Amino acid sequence: MSAAVKEIEEIVREHPFFEGLLEPFGKLISGCAKNAHFQPGEYLFHEGDSADQFYLIRQGCVALEIKAPGRGAITFQTVREDEVVGVEWLIPPYRWSYDARAVEFTRAIAMDGACLRGKCEADHDLGYEVMKRFMPVLIQRLQAAQMQILDVYGE
Amino acid sequence: MWTLEIEPSGPAPVAAAPGQFNMLTAFGVGEAAISLSGDPAEPGRLVHTIRAVGPVSRALAQLRPGAALGLRGPFGAGWPMAEAAGRDVVIMAGGLGLAPLRTAIHRLLTERARYGQVLVLYGARSPADILFRRELETWRRRLDVEIEVTVDHAAVSDWRGHVGVVTTLLGRASFDPANTVALVCGPEIMMRFSAAALADAGVRAEATYLSMERNMKCAIGLCGHCQFGPVFICRDGPVFRYDRIAALLRHKEL
Repeated sequence: MSAAVKEIEEIVREHPFFEGLLEPFGKLISGCAKNAHFQPGEYLFHEGDSADQFYLIRQGCVALEIKAPGRGAITFQTVREDEVVGVEWLIPPYRWSYDARAVEFTRAIAMDGACLRGKCEADHDLGYEVMKRFMPVLIQRLQAAQMQILDVYGE
Repeated sequence: MWTLEIEPSGPAPVAAAPGQFNMLTAFGVGEAAISLSGDPAEPGRLVHTIRAVGPVSRALAQLRPGAALGLRGPFGAGWPMAEAAGRDVVIMAGGLGLAPLRTAIHRLLTERARYGQVLVLYGARSPADILFRRELETWRRRLDVEIEVTVDHAAVSDWRGHVGVVTTLLGRASFDPANTVALVCGPEIMMRFSAAALADAGVRAEATYLSMERNMKCAIGLCGHCQFGPVFICRDGPVFRYDRIAALLRHKEL
């Protein structure tokens, strides 16, 4: 194993999103990972693009945005270090439904979604492990959306 | 949103505890319960922050400097400041709910050495709706208190801070949940979710306090307008220990 690959594997397993990951799974997942960084204002991806990645944020802040006619871009969530950006790679048609923009300098691990989907299909234990980690992200996002729709703070 | 600074014209007012409320009268219109939002270290200056939504609050908001209004109080049970001494204090506020907590924050900062970590987690609708923004920014510059603000949504050009519901701030905060007192005020849905998130983080229900709101009239537990199951918000609250009202909060009829 090369030093670079080992470093990525360590980074992935040390990221809170993959906390407690078994070593064999860590090796499989890290095979789909690479380092990425984004300057302030740089976009990770745009609405409508193919969602072929997700990002483990190591440092910085990413704003998730939707463009609204007459209102410009509206941020509906910020994601910071130790969190994850992107669930659309899991679900067909694998397409982003919002923009993601680095608010400040951001370092991340970019995971190749197609690569990981393939490994999850081949090894359902790995697939279950990955789904267990993404399901809370989906549920938290759904609950947050419910609160935002209710507009509890009013005018 | 309006903040009234009231100077008593009669005898010196009874000192209010953080979290208590006064009944304010707009003459010829009516009376409304409004929590105190000022600095308790300045008892001669009664501060109330109101949202002009009903006839009374609209009339109060339209008062000119020097105008007279009626006041009786203070009423109710306030925040458990004595119990919080020596412990970490997590304040979770939503929207206008920051106003009743502002007195508690002033007290915590005035007597800072009495408490452990002090965290203020505040959620607002948008950057334009942030209450006491200048004061939050001043508090944030202190090194002995953690102030985090999040908004439900923001125009990209307006805001560089957190976007998301207030409970998301809790996961990033540093405190000892087993030795924490939590003070929560905001819309009831926000308080339910906040209390649940605090419990998930390890804060005991017995150490979590919510400030409830119902239509109050007499303020002394006689008229029944603010009855909440077996308790009266005006007399037994408005601040309640979460374990004592958790079951009541699940009733749609209440």
